[in-house]
Amino acid sequence: MISYVIRRLLLAVPTLIIVALMVFFLVRLIPGDPAQIMLGEGADPSAVAALHAELGLDKPVYVQFATWLRHVVSGDLGTSITTGEPVSTLLITRAETTGVVVLISVGLATLIAIAAGTVAAWRRGGKLDLAVMSGASLILAVPSFWLGLLLLLVFGVWLHWLPVVGYIPFSEDPWSAMLFLILPIATLTISESGVLIRMMRSSAIDVLRLDYVTHARAKGLAERTVLSRHVFPNAFAPTLTLVGLTLGRLFGGIAVIETVFTLPGLGRLMVTGVLSRDYPVVQGCLLFTAVIYVVVNLVVDLLYPLFDPRVTVE
Amino acid sequence: MKRPIHSLLGFGLVGALLVVVLLGLVWLPYDPLAIDLDHTLASPSLAHWLGTDEFGRDVASRAMLGARISMLIAIQTVVISIVLGTALGLVVGFLRGWTERVIMTFSDALLAFPGILLALALVAVMGSSRHSIVIALAIAYLPATVRVVRGSVISIREREYVEASRVAGDSALYTMWRIVLPNALPPILVLATSLFGWVILSESALSFLGVGVPPPLPTWGNMLSSARPYMYAASWLSIAPGLCIVATLLGINMLGDALRDRLDPRDN
Repeated sequence: MISYVIRRLLLAVPTLIIVALMVFFLVRLIPGDPAQIMLGEGADPSAVAALHAELGLDKPVYVQFATWLRHVVSGDLGTSITTGEPVSTLLITRAETTGVVVLISVGLATLIAIAAGTVAAWRRGGKLDLAVMSGASLILAVPSFWLGLLLLLVFGVWLHWLPVVGYIPFSEDPWSAMLFLILPIATLTISESGVLIRMMRSSAIDVLRLDYVTHARAKGLAERTVLSRHVFPNAFAPTLTLVGLTLGRLFGGIAVIETVFTLPGLGRLMVTGVLSRDYPVVQGCLLFTAVIYVVVNLVVDLLYPLFDPRVTVE
Repeated sequence: MKRPIHSLLGFGLVGALLVVVLLGLVWLPYDPLAIDLDHTLASPSLAHWLGTDEFGRDVASRAMLGARISMLIAIQTVVISIVLGTALGLVVGFLRGWTERVIMTFSDALLAFPGILLALALVAVMGSSRHSIVIALAIAYLPATVRVVRGSVISIREREYVEASRVAGDSALYTMWRIVLPNALPPILVLATSLFGWVILSESALSFLGVGVPPPLPTWGNMLSSARPYMYAASWLSIAPGLCIVATLLGINMLGDALRDRLDPRDN
Protein backbone atom coordinates (compact mmCIF):
# COMPACT_ATOMS: atom_id res chain seq x y z
CA MET A 1 0.00 0.00 0.00
CA ILE A 2 2.69 2.51 0.99
CA SER A 3 4.73 1.79 -2.11
CA TYR A 4 1.58 2.33 -4.22
CA VAL A 5 1.01 5.70 -2.57
CA ILE A 6 4.63 6.72 -3.09
CA ARG A 7 4.62 5.61 -6.72
CA ARG A 8 1.38 7.47 -7.42
CA LEU A 9 2.82 10.58 -5.73
CA LEU A 10 5.99 10.37 -7.81
CA LEU A 11 3.89 10.06 -10.98
CA ALA A 12 2.35 13.45 -10.28
CA VAL A 13 5.77 15.15 -10.17
CA PRO A 14 6.54 15.25 -13.93
CA THR A 15 2.99 16.42 -14.64
CA LEU A 16 3.38 19.27 -12.17
CA ILE A 17 6.75 20.25 -13.61
CA ILE A 18 5.35 20.38 -17.13
CA VAL A 19 2.31 22.30 -15.91
CA ALA A 20 4.71 24.84 -14.38
CA LEU A 21 6.75 25.00 -17.61
CA MET A 22 3.61 25.65 -19.66
CA VAL A 23 2.42 28.42 -17.36
CA PHE A 24 5.90 29.96 -17.35
CA PHE A 25 6.26 29.95 -21.12
CA LEU A 26 2.70 31.09 -21.82
CA VAL A 27 3.56 34.62 -20.73
CA ARG A 28 6.90 34.45 -22.54
CA LEU A 29 4.95 33.92 -25.79
CA ILE A 30 3.74 37.51 -25.59
CA PRO A 31 6.10 39.74 -27.56
CA GLY A 32 7.97 42.29 -25.43
CA ASP A 33 9.91 42.49 -22.19
CA PRO A 34 8.35 40.07 -19.66
CA ALA A 35 9.08 42.50 -16.82
CA GLN A 36 7.17 45.22 -18.66
CA ILE A 37 4.32 42.78 -19.37
CA MET A 38 4.15 41.67 -15.75
CA LEU A 39 3.98 45.25 -14.46
CA GLY A 40 1.65 46.64 -17.12
CA GLU A 41 2.18 49.30 -19.75
CA GLY A 42 2.08 52.35 -17.50
CA ALA A 43 4.68 50.99 -15.07
CA ASP A 44 7.54 53.04 -13.65
CA PRO A 45 10.72 52.32 -15.70
CA SER A 46 12.84 51.87 -12.55
CA ALA A 47 10.35 49.30 -11.22
CA VAL A 48 10.53 47.49 -14.57
CA ALA A 49 14.33 47.51 -14.38
CA ALA A 50 14.20 46.18 -10.80
CA LEU A 51 11.85 43.34 -11.75
CA HIS A 52 13.96 42.68 -14.85
CA ALA A 53 16.94 42.08 -12.58
CA GLU A 54 14.89 40.12 -10.02
CA LEU A 55 13.52 37.74 -12.66
CA GLY A 56 17.05 37.31 -13.98
CA LEU A 57 15.97 38.16 -17.52
CA ASP A 58 19.57 38.58 -18.68
CA LYS A 59 20.37 35.04 -17.65
CA PRO A 60 19.61 31.88 -19.67
CA VAL A 61 15.98 30.73 -19.83
CA TYR A 62 16.49 27.71 -17.58
CA VAL A 63 17.88 29.94 -14.83
CA GLN A 64 14.88 32.22 -15.27
CA PHE A 65 12.56 29.25 -14.94
CA ALA A 66 14.36 28.06 -11.81
CA THR A 67 14.10 31.53 -10.28
CA TRP A 68 10.40 31.71 -11.12
CA LEU A 69 9.75 28.22 -9.78
CA ARG A 70 11.54 29.06 -6.53
CA HIS A 71 9.25 32.08 -6.10
CA VAL A 72 6.17 29.99 -6.90
CA VAL A 73 7.06 27.23 -4.47
CA SER A 74 7.58 29.77 -1.70
CA GLY A 75 4.10 31.13 -2.45
CA ASP A 76 5.14 34.26 -4.32
CA LEU A 77 3.07 34.48 -7.52
CA GLY A 78 3.73 38.16 -8.16
CA THR A 79 1.35 41.11 -7.74
CA SER A 80 -1.75 41.95 -9.69
CA ILE A 81 -1.22 44.77 -12.20
CA THR A 82 -4.73 46.16 -11.70
CA THR A 83 -5.19 45.92 -7.92
CA GLY A 84 -1.61 45.78 -6.65
CA GLU A 85 -2.52 42.90 -4.33
CA PRO A 86 -0.37 39.77 -4.15
CA VAL A 87 -1.78 37.16 -6.54
CA SER A 88 -1.60 34.45 -3.88
CA THR A 89 -3.89 36.46 -1.54
CA LEU A 90 -6.34 37.03 -4.39
CA LEU A 91 -6.38 33.33 -5.21
CA ILE A 92 -7.04 32.26 -1.63
CA THR A 93 -9.91 34.73 -1.08
CA ARG A 94 -11.52 33.82 -4.41
CA ALA A 95 -11.08 30.10 -3.94
CA GLU A 96 -13.48 30.15 -0.98
CA THR A 97 -16.53 31.15 -3.05
CA THR A 98 -15.73 28.74 -5.85
CA GLY A 99 -14.94 25.98 -3.40
CA VAL A 100 -18.25 26.28 -1.53
CA VAL A 101 -20.30 26.28 -4.75
CA VAL A 102 -18.37 23.45 -6.40
CA LEU A 103 -18.22 21.13 -3.38
CA ILE A 104 -21.92 21.45 -2.52
CA SER A 105 -23.03 21.15 -6.16
CA VAL A 106 -20.88 18.16 -6.99
CA GLY A 107 -21.97 16.46 -3.75
CA LEU A 108 -25.65 16.98 -4.58
CA ALA A 109 -25.15 15.99 -8.22
CA THR A 110 -23.44 12.77 -7.11
CA LEU A 111 -26.34 11.87 -4.81
CA ILE A 112 -28.85 12.56 -7.60
CA ALA A 113 -26.78 10.52 -10.03
CA ILE A 114 -26.53 7.55 -7.67
CA ALA A 115 -30.30 7.49 -7.09
CA ALA A 116 -31.45 8.24 -10.63
CA GLY A 117 -28.77 6.17 -12.36
CA THR A 118 -29.34 3.07 -10.22
CA VAL A 119 -33.13 3.23 -10.54
CA ALA A 120 -32.91 3.77 -14.31
CA ALA A 121 -30.61 0.77 -14.65
CA TRP A 122 -32.93 -1.30 -12.45
CA ARG A 123 -35.94 -0.39 -14.62
CA ARG A 124 -33.91 -0.57 -17.84
CA GLY A 125 -36.06 -0.04 -20.95
CA GLY A 126 -39.07 1.01 -18.88
CA LYS A 127 -40.82 4.36 -18.64
CA LEU A 128 -38.77 5.47 -15.63
CA ASP A 129 -35.54 4.71 -17.49
CA LEU A 130 -36.76 6.62 -20.53
CA ALA A 131 -37.68 9.60 -18.34
CA VAL A 132 -34.32 9.63 -16.52
CA MET A 133 -32.30 9.21 -19.72
CA SER A 134 -34.29 11.86 -21.58
CA GLY A 135 -33.73 14.22 -18.68
CA ALA A 136 -29.99 13.48 -18.67
CA SER A 137 -29.74 13.97 -22.45
CA LEU A 138 -31.55 17.28 -22.19
CA ILE A 139 -29.25 18.43 -19.38
CA LEU A 140 -26.22 17.59 -21.53
CA ALA A 141 -27.54 19.89 -24.25
CA VAL A 142 -28.26 22.89 -22.02
CA PRO A 143 -25.30 25.27 -21.51
CA SER A 144 -24.88 25.89 -17.78
CA PHE A 145 -24.78 29.63 -18.21
CA TRP A 146 -28.09 29.63 -20.06
CA LEU A 147 -29.69 27.43 -17.42
CA GLY A 148 -28.40 29.94 -14.86
CA LEU A 149 -29.90 32.85 -16.82
CA LEU A 150 -33.26 31.05 -17.01
CA LEU A 151 -33.31 30.29 -13.27
CA LEU A 152 -32.37 33.91 -12.59
CA LEU A 153 -35.17 35.03 -14.88
CA VAL A 154 -37.77 32.82 -13.22
CA PHE A 155 -36.81 33.04 -9.53
CA GLY A 156 -35.21 36.48 -9.49
CA VAL A 157 -36.93 38.62 -12.10
CA TRP A 158 -40.42 37.09 -12.33
CA LEU A 159 -41.06 35.59 -8.90
CA HIS A 160 -38.77 37.90 -6.86
CA TRP A 161 -37.92 35.01 -4.55
CA LEU A 162 -34.14 35.36 -4.74
CA PRO A 163 -31.69 38.22 -5.28
CA VAL A 164 -30.50 38.80 -8.85
CA VAL A 165 -27.10 40.36 -8.10
CA GLY A 166 -24.85 40.65 -5.09
CA TYR A 167 -22.82 38.47 -2.81
CA ILE A 168 -21.96 38.05 0.87
CA PRO A 169 -18.80 36.06 1.68
CA PHE A 170 -19.60 32.64 3.09
CA SER A 171 -17.16 33.08 5.99
CA GLU A 172 -18.93 36.28 7.12
CA ASP A 173 -22.51 35.07 7.25
CA PRO A 174 -23.17 31.59 5.91
CA TRP A 175 -26.98 31.94 5.99
CA SER A 176 -27.20 35.18 4.06
CA ALA A 177 -24.50 33.89 1.74
CA MET A 178 -26.63 30.86 0.93
CA LEU A 179 -29.41 33.16 -0.33
CA PHE A 180 -27.04 34.30 -3.07
CA LEU A 181 -25.62 30.85 -3.60
CA ILE A 182 -28.86 28.86 -4.00
CA LEU A 183 -29.24 29.59 -7.72
CA PRO A 184 -25.58 29.06 -8.68
CA ILE A 185 -25.58 25.80 -6.73
CA ALA A 186 -28.88 24.67 -8.29
CA THR A 187 -27.55 25.50 -11.76
CA LEU A 188 -24.29 23.66 -11.30
CA THR A 189 -25.96 20.67 -9.63
CA ILE A 190 -28.37 20.23 -12.55
CA SER A 191 -25.69 20.79 -15.20
CA GLU A 192 -23.24 18.32 -13.72
CA SER A 193 -25.79 15.61 -12.88
CA GLY A 194 -26.43 14.78 -16.57
CA VAL A 195 -23.14 13.08 -17.32
CA LEU A 196 -22.90 11.51 -13.84
CA ILE A 197 -26.37 9.92 -14.18
CA ARG A 198 -25.39 8.37 -17.50
CA MET A 199 -22.17 6.99 -16.05
CA MET A 200 -23.90 5.57 -12.95
CA ARG A 201 -26.65 3.98 -15.05
CA SER A 202 -24.26 2.26 -17.44
CA SER A 203 -22.08 0.81 -14.69
CA ALA A 204 -25.14 -0.27 -12.68
CA ILE A 205 -26.44 -2.06 -15.80
CA ASP A 206 -23.13 -3.92 -16.07
CA VAL A 207 -23.32 -4.99 -12.43
CA LEU A 208 -27.01 -6.01 -12.57
CA ARG A 209 -26.08 -8.62 -15.20
CA LEU A 210 -23.64 -10.37 -12.88
CA ASP A 211 -24.24 -13.67 -11.17
CA TYR A 212 -23.94 -12.45 -7.61
CA VAL A 213 -26.89 -10.11 -8.18
CA THR A 214 -29.00 -13.03 -9.43
CA HIS A 215 -27.77 -14.98 -6.43
CA ALA A 216 -28.72 -12.17 -4.03
CA ARG A 217 -32.18 -12.08 -5.57
CA ALA A 218 -32.49 -15.86 -5.42
CA LYS A 219 -31.71 -15.69 -1.71
CA GLY A 220 -34.94 -13.71 -1.44
CA LEU A 221 -33.40 -10.35 -0.56
CA ALA A 222 -35.62 -7.33 -1.08
CA GLU A 223 -34.84 -5.41 -4.30
CA ARG A 224 -33.94 -2.42 -2.14
CA THR A 225 -31.26 -4.40 -0.36
CA VAL A 226 -29.99 -5.89 -3.61
CA LEU A 227 -29.57 -2.42 -5.07
CA SER A 228 -28.04 -0.77 -2.02
CA ARG A 229 -25.84 -3.63 -0.81
CA HIS A 230 -24.80 -5.40 -3.99
CA VAL A 231 -25.28 -3.14 -6.99
CA PHE A 232 -24.32 0.29 -5.69
CA PRO A 233 -20.97 -0.56 -4.02
CA ASN A 234 -19.78 -2.41 -7.09
CA ALA A 235 -21.00 0.12 -9.61
CA PHE A 236 -19.86 3.32 -7.92
CA ALA A 237 -16.13 3.28 -8.71
CA PRO A 238 -16.29 4.63 -12.31
CA THR A 239 -18.66 7.38 -11.17
CA LEU A 240 -16.23 8.27 -8.38
CA THR A 241 -13.44 8.73 -10.92
CA LEU A 242 -15.71 10.99 -12.93
CA VAL A 243 -16.61 12.94 -9.78
CA GLY A 244 -12.90 13.51 -9.20
CA LEU A 245 -12.35 14.73 -12.75
CA THR A 246 -15.43 16.95 -12.46
CA LEU A 247 -14.25 18.49 -9.17
CA GLY A 248 -10.84 19.25 -10.61
CA ARG A 249 -12.29 20.73 -13.78
CA LEU A 250 -14.95 22.84 -12.05
CA PHE A 251 -12.56 24.53 -9.67
CA GLY A 252 -11.45 26.71 -12.53
CA GLY A 253 -14.19 26.03 -14.98
CA ILE A 254 -17.23 27.67 -13.44
CA ALA A 255 -16.19 31.05 -14.82
CA VAL A 256 -19.42 31.23 -16.82
CA ILE A 257 -21.64 30.52 -13.81
CA GLU A 258 -19.72 33.03 -11.70
CA THR A 259 -20.27 35.56 -14.49
CA VAL A 260 -24.02 34.90 -14.69
CA PHE A 261 -24.45 35.28 -10.92
CA THR A 262 -21.72 37.92 -10.45
CA LEU A 263 -19.91 35.77 -7.88
CA PRO A 264 -16.31 36.72 -7.01
CA GLY A 265 -14.79 33.29 -7.65
CA LEU A 266 -11.60 31.95 -9.23
CA GLY A 267 -13.04 31.74 -12.74
CA ARG A 268 -14.25 35.33 -12.59
CA LEU A 269 -10.77 36.38 -11.38
CA MET A 270 -9.24 34.70 -14.41
CA VAL A 271 -11.72 36.28 -16.83
CA THR A 272 -11.18 39.79 -15.49
CA GLY A 273 -7.44 39.07 -15.55
CA VAL A 274 -7.64 38.13 -19.23
CA LEU A 275 -9.82 41.12 -20.13
CA SER A 276 -7.50 43.60 -18.37
CA ARG A 277 -4.29 41.86 -19.53
CA ASP A 278 -3.33 41.27 -15.89
CA TYR A 279 -0.84 38.47 -16.69
CA PRO A 280 0.39 37.69 -13.15
CA VAL A 281 -3.25 36.96 -12.24
CA VAL A 282 -3.76 34.84 -15.38
CA GLN A 283 -0.61 32.86 -14.61
CA GLY A 284 -1.58 32.42 -10.97
CA CYS A 285 -5.11 31.19 -11.80
CA LEU A 286 -3.85 28.72 -14.38
CA LEU A 287 -1.21 27.31 -12.10
CA PHE A 288 -3.54 27.13 -9.09
CA THR A 289 -6.38 25.35 -10.91
CA ALA A 290 -4.02 22.90 -12.62
CA VAL A 291 -2.40 22.00 -9.29
CA ILE A 292 -5.84 21.49 -7.73
CA TYR A 293 -6.78 19.23 -10.64
CA VAL A 294 -3.68 17.10 -10.18
CA VAL A 295 -4.14 16.90 -6.41
CA VAL A 296 -7.86 16.02 -6.58
CA ASN A 297 -7.19 13.24 -9.05
CA LEU A 298 -4.35 12.00 -6.91
CA VAL A 299 -6.70 11.81 -3.92
CA VAL A 300 -9.36 10.00 -5.95
CA ASP A 301 -6.79 7.49 -7.20
CA LEU A 302 -5.67 6.87 -3.65
CA LEU A 303 -9.28 6.47 -2.47
CA TYR A 304 -10.11 4.08 -5.31
CA PRO A 305 -9.04 0.87 -3.52
CA LEU A 306 -11.28 1.83 -0.58
CA PHE A 307 -14.37 2.02 -2.79
CA ASP A 308 -13.61 -0.87 -5.07
CA PRO A 309 -11.97 -3.75 -3.20
CA ARG A 310 -11.35 -5.54 -6.51
CA VAL A 311 -8.71 -2.95 -7.36
CA THR A 312 -5.68 -4.58 -5.89
CA VAL A 313 -2.86 -2.47 -4.71
CA GLU A 314 0.40 -3.85 -5.97
CA MET B 1 -34.31 2.96 -25.57
CA LYS B 2 -36.08 3.78 -28.80
CA ARG B 3 -32.97 4.49 -30.81
CA PRO B 4 -34.50 5.00 -34.29
CA ILE B 5 -36.59 7.89 -32.97
CA HIS B 6 -33.48 9.37 -31.39
CA SER B 7 -31.43 9.30 -34.54
CA LEU B 8 -34.35 10.59 -36.58
CA LEU B 9 -34.72 13.52 -34.18
CA GLY B 10 -30.98 14.07 -34.29
CA PHE B 11 -30.97 14.15 -38.10
CA GLY B 12 -34.01 16.44 -38.03
CA LEU B 13 -32.44 18.98 -35.67
CA VAL B 14 -29.04 19.01 -37.39
CA GLY B 15 -30.76 19.14 -40.79
CA ALA B 16 -32.87 22.11 -39.69
CA LEU B 17 -29.72 23.86 -38.49
CA LEU B 18 -28.00 23.27 -41.84
CA VAL B 19 -31.05 24.63 -43.68
CA VAL B 20 -30.96 27.77 -41.52
CA VAL B 21 -27.23 28.23 -42.12
CA LEU B 22 -27.55 27.70 -45.90
CA LEU B 23 -30.64 29.92 -46.11
CA GLY B 24 -28.72 32.60 -44.21
CA LEU B 25 -26.11 32.64 -46.99
CA VAL B 26 -28.66 33.87 -49.53
CA TRP B 27 -31.36 35.51 -47.43
CA LEU B 28 -31.70 37.07 -43.97
CA PRO B 29 -34.87 38.86 -42.80
CA TYR B 30 -32.85 41.99 -41.93
CA ASP B 31 -29.26 43.15 -42.00
CA PRO B 32 -27.98 41.55 -38.74
CA LEU B 33 -25.64 44.49 -38.09
CA ALA B 34 -28.02 47.33 -39.01
CA ILE B 35 -28.67 49.57 -36.00
CA ASP B 36 -32.22 50.97 -35.73
CA LEU B 37 -32.50 53.21 -32.68
CA ASP B 38 -36.23 53.81 -33.22
CA HIS B 39 -37.03 50.16 -32.58
CA THR B 40 -34.79 49.06 -29.70
CA LEU B 41 -35.82 46.18 -27.42
CA ALA B 42 -39.01 45.52 -29.39
CA SER B 43 -40.82 42.37 -28.28
CA PRO B 44 -41.35 39.56 -30.80
CA SER B 45 -43.85 40.51 -33.52
CA LEU B 46 -44.70 39.70 -37.13
CA ALA B 47 -42.12 42.20 -38.35
CA HIS B 48 -39.41 40.91 -35.96
CA TRP B 49 -40.17 37.25 -35.09
CA LEU B 50 -37.72 37.18 -32.21
CA GLY B 51 -37.83 40.87 -31.37
CA THR B 52 -34.95 43.36 -31.52
CA ASP B 53 -31.98 43.94 -29.25
CA GLU B 54 -30.69 47.02 -27.45
CA PHE B 55 -29.49 48.53 -30.75
CA GLY B 56 -32.71 47.69 -32.61
CA ARG B 57 -31.00 44.88 -34.51
CA ASP B 58 -33.23 41.99 -35.60
CA VAL B 59 -32.63 39.05 -33.25
CA ALA B 60 -33.75 36.39 -35.76
CA SER B 61 -31.27 37.63 -38.38
CA ARG B 62 -28.50 37.79 -35.81
CA ALA B 63 -29.26 34.27 -34.60
CA MET B 64 -29.08 33.03 -38.22
CA LEU B 65 -25.73 34.72 -38.84
CA GLY B 66 -24.58 33.50 -35.41
CA ALA B 67 -25.38 29.93 -36.47
CA ARG B 68 -23.09 30.28 -39.50
CA ILE B 69 -20.22 31.74 -37.45
CA SER B 70 -20.52 29.05 -34.75
CA MET B 71 -20.65 26.28 -37.36
CA LEU B 72 -17.54 27.58 -39.14
CA ILE B 73 -15.59 27.86 -35.89
CA ALA B 74 -16.70 24.38 -34.81
CA ILE B 75 -15.81 22.77 -38.15
CA GLN B 76 -12.35 24.38 -38.25
CA THR B 77 -11.62 23.48 -34.63
CA VAL B 78 -12.77 19.88 -34.99
CA VAL B 79 -10.74 19.36 -38.18
CA ILE B 80 -7.53 20.77 -36.65
CA SER B 81 -7.97 18.91 -33.36
CA ILE B 82 -8.87 15.59 -35.00
CA VAL B 83 -6.09 15.70 -37.62
CA LEU B 84 -3.37 16.62 -35.10
CA GLY B 85 -4.79 14.35 -32.41
CA THR B 86 -5.07 11.40 -34.77
CA ALA B 87 -1.52 11.86 -36.03
CA LEU B 88 -0.11 12.06 -32.51
CA GLY B 89 -2.32 9.31 -31.10
CA LEU B 90 -1.43 7.02 -33.99
CA VAL B 91 2.32 7.49 -33.64
CA VAL B 92 2.22 7.29 -29.84
CA GLY B 93 -0.07 4.25 -29.66
CA PHE B 94 1.77 2.38 -32.39
CA LEU B 95 5.37 3.06 -31.47
CA ARG B 96 4.84 3.12 -27.68
CA GLY B 97 8.08 3.27 -25.68
CA TRP B 98 9.68 6.58 -24.75
CA THR B 99 7.92 8.56 -27.53
CA GLU B 100 4.64 7.61 -25.88
CA ARG B 101 5.85 8.44 -22.41
CA VAL B 102 7.09 11.91 -23.39
CA ILE B 103 4.07 12.91 -25.47
CA MET B 104 1.56 11.50 -22.99
CA THR B 105 3.18 13.33 -20.07
CA PHE B 106 2.77 16.58 -21.99
CA SER B 107 -0.76 15.67 -23.00
CA ASP B 108 -1.70 14.80 -19.42
CA ALA B 109 -0.23 18.05 -18.16
CA LEU B 110 -2.33 19.93 -20.72
CA LEU B 111 -5.35 17.98 -19.50
CA ALA B 112 -4.78 19.38 -16.01
CA PHE B 113 -5.88 22.85 -17.10
CA PRO B 114 -9.64 23.28 -17.18
CA GLY B 115 -10.39 23.51 -20.94
CA ILE B 116 -12.16 26.82 -20.75
CA LEU B 117 -9.36 28.44 -18.71
CA LEU B 118 -6.69 27.15 -21.07
CA ALA B 119 -8.63 28.55 -24.03
CA LEU B 120 -9.06 31.84 -22.13
CA ALA B 121 -5.34 32.07 -21.44
CA LEU B 122 -4.42 31.29 -25.05
CA VAL B 123 -6.89 33.88 -26.34
CA ALA B 124 -5.36 36.35 -23.86
CA VAL B 125 -1.93 35.72 -25.36
CA MET B 126 -3.03 35.69 -29.01
CA GLY B 127 -5.66 38.45 -28.81
CA SER B 128 -9.38 38.07 -29.36
CA SER B 129 -10.23 37.02 -32.92
CA ARG B 130 -11.96 34.16 -34.70
CA HIS B 131 -8.63 32.56 -35.57
CA SER B 132 -7.32 32.63 -32.03
CA ILE B 133 -10.56 31.04 -30.77
CA VAL B 134 -10.16 28.21 -33.26
CA ILE B 135 -6.51 27.68 -32.31
CA ALA B 136 -7.19 27.97 -28.57
CA LEU B 137 -10.08 25.48 -28.62
CA ALA B 138 -8.18 23.08 -30.90
CA ILE B 139 -5.28 23.03 -28.43
CA ALA B 140 -7.64 22.73 -25.44
CA TYR B 141 -9.31 19.64 -26.93
CA LEU B 142 -6.14 18.08 -28.35
CA PRO B 143 -5.22 15.98 -25.27
CA ALA B 144 -8.65 14.31 -25.20
CA THR B 145 -8.33 13.42 -28.90
CA VAL B 146 -4.83 12.04 -28.47
CA ARG B 147 -6.05 9.92 -25.56
CA VAL B 148 -8.99 8.39 -27.43
CA VAL B 149 -7.01 7.66 -30.60
CA ARG B 150 -4.10 6.20 -28.65
CA GLY B 151 -6.47 3.95 -26.72
CA SER B 152 -7.97 2.39 -29.81
CA VAL B 153 -4.62 2.17 -31.62
CA ILE B 154 -3.13 0.26 -28.68
CA SER B 155 -5.86 -2.35 -28.88
CA ILE B 156 -5.64 -2.58 -32.69
CA ARG B 157 -1.86 -3.00 -32.84
CA GLU B 158 -2.15 -6.36 -31.05
CA ARG B 159 -4.49 -7.83 -33.71
CA GLU B 160 -3.31 -10.52 -36.11
CA TYR B 161 -3.65 -8.44 -39.26
CA VAL B 162 -1.29 -5.83 -37.87
CA GLU B 163 1.16 -8.57 -36.93
CA ALA B 164 0.77 -9.94 -40.47
CA SER B 165 1.62 -6.57 -41.98
CA ARG B 166 4.70 -6.36 -39.77
CA VAL B 167 5.82 -9.88 -40.65
CA ALA B 168 5.29 -9.10 -44.34
CA GLY B 169 7.97 -6.44 -43.95
CA ASP B 170 5.78 -3.37 -44.38
CA SER B 171 7.28 -0.15 -43.07
CA ALA B 172 5.92 1.16 -39.77
CA LEU B 173 4.55 4.20 -41.62
CA TYR B 174 2.67 2.00 -44.10
CA THR B 175 1.23 -0.21 -41.37
CA MET B 176 0.10 2.81 -39.37
CA TRP B 177 -1.45 4.60 -42.33
CA ARG B 178 -2.99 1.72 -44.28
CA ILE B 179 -3.73 -0.92 -41.65
CA VAL B 180 -4.14 0.69 -38.23
CA LEU B 181 -5.75 4.03 -39.14
CA PRO B 182 -8.71 2.64 -41.17
CA ASN B 183 -9.56 0.31 -38.29
CA ALA B 184 -9.31 3.10 -35.74
CA LEU B 185 -11.64 5.38 -37.70
CA PRO B 186 -15.01 4.48 -36.10
CA PRO B 187 -14.17 5.73 -32.59
CA ILE B 188 -12.50 8.79 -34.13
CA LEU B 189 -15.70 9.54 -36.02
CA VAL B 190 -17.77 9.24 -32.84
CA LEU B 191 -15.29 11.50 -31.05
CA ALA B 192 -15.45 14.08 -33.83
CA THR B 193 -19.22 14.28 -33.41
CA SER B 194 -18.99 14.79 -29.64
CA LEU B 195 -16.16 17.26 -30.15
CA PHE B 196 -18.38 19.28 -32.46
CA GLY B 197 -20.93 19.65 -29.66
CA TRP B 198 -18.28 20.51 -27.06
CA VAL B 199 -16.75 23.16 -29.30
CA ILE B 200 -20.15 24.79 -29.95
CA LEU B 201 -20.66 24.87 -26.18
CA SER B 202 -17.16 26.20 -25.38
CA GLU B 203 -17.27 28.82 -28.10
CA SER B 204 -20.59 30.10 -26.80
CA ALA B 205 -19.15 30.12 -23.27
CA LEU B 206 -16.06 32.08 -24.39
CA SER B 207 -18.23 34.55 -26.30
CA PHE B 208 -20.51 34.81 -23.26
CA LEU B 209 -17.46 35.70 -21.14
CA GLY B 210 -16.55 38.42 -23.61
CA VAL B 211 -13.38 36.85 -25.00
CA GLY B 212 -14.93 35.04 -27.96
CA VAL B 213 -15.92 36.40 -31.34
CA PRO B 214 -15.62 40.19 -31.02
CA PRO B 215 -18.81 42.26 -31.54
CA PRO B 216 -20.61 43.49 -33.60
CA LEU B 217 -20.52 40.03 -35.24
CA PRO B 218 -23.16 37.93 -33.49
CA THR B 219 -22.74 34.49 -31.97
CA TRP B 220 -25.28 32.81 -29.73
CA GLY B 221 -22.90 33.23 -26.81
CA ASN B 222 -22.27 36.95 -27.16
CA MET B 223 -26.00 37.53 -27.83
CA LEU B 224 -26.72 35.93 -24.44
CA SER B 225 -23.96 37.95 -22.85
CA SER B 226 -25.37 41.27 -24.08
CA ALA B 227 -28.90 40.16 -23.08
CA ARG B 228 -27.87 39.83 -19.41
CA PRO B 229 -28.44 43.54 -18.48
CA TYR B 230 -31.88 43.59 -20.17
CA MET B 231 -33.41 40.69 -18.26
CA TYR B 232 -36.16 42.88 -16.84
CA ALA B 233 -36.95 44.89 -19.96
CA ALA B 234 -36.49 42.25 -22.64
CA SER B 235 -36.43 38.68 -21.34
CA TRP B 236 -36.88 37.22 -24.85
CA LEU B 237 -33.31 38.29 -25.65
CA SER B 238 -32.09 35.69 -23.15
CA ILE B 239 -34.32 32.92 -24.45
CA ALA B 240 -33.93 32.66 -28.23
CA PRO B 241 -30.11 32.24 -28.51
CA GLY B 242 -30.17 29.71 -25.66
CA LEU B 243 -32.83 27.63 -27.39
CA CYS B 244 -30.67 27.67 -30.56
CA ILE B 245 -27.72 26.23 -28.61
CA VAL B 246 -29.89 23.60 -26.90
CA ALA B 247 -31.49 22.46 -30.18
CA THR B 248 -28.07 22.22 -31.86
CA LEU B 249 -26.48 20.27 -29.01
CA LEU B 250 -29.47 17.93 -28.66
CA GLY B 251 -29.29 17.17 -32.39
CA ILE B 252 -25.54 16.59 -32.37
CA ASN B 253 -25.61 14.45 -29.21
CA MET B 254 -28.41 12.27 -30.57
CA LEU B 255 -26.57 11.84 -33.85
CA GLY B 256 -23.45 10.97 -31.88
CA ASP B 257 -25.31 8.35 -29.81
CA ALA B 258 -26.83 6.84 -32.96
CA LEU B 259 -23.41 6.74 -34.60
CA ARG B 260 -21.89 5.07 -31.53
CA ASP B 261 -24.63 2.42 -31.52
CA ARG B 262 -23.93 1.64 -35.16
CA LEU B 263 -20.16 1.63 -34.93
CA ASP B 264 -19.54 0.19 -31.49
CA PRO B 265 -20.25 -3.54 -31.53
CA ARG B 266 -19.77 -3.89 -27.76
CA ASP B 267 -23.12 -2.29 -26.97
CA ASN B 268 -25.23 -4.60 -29.15
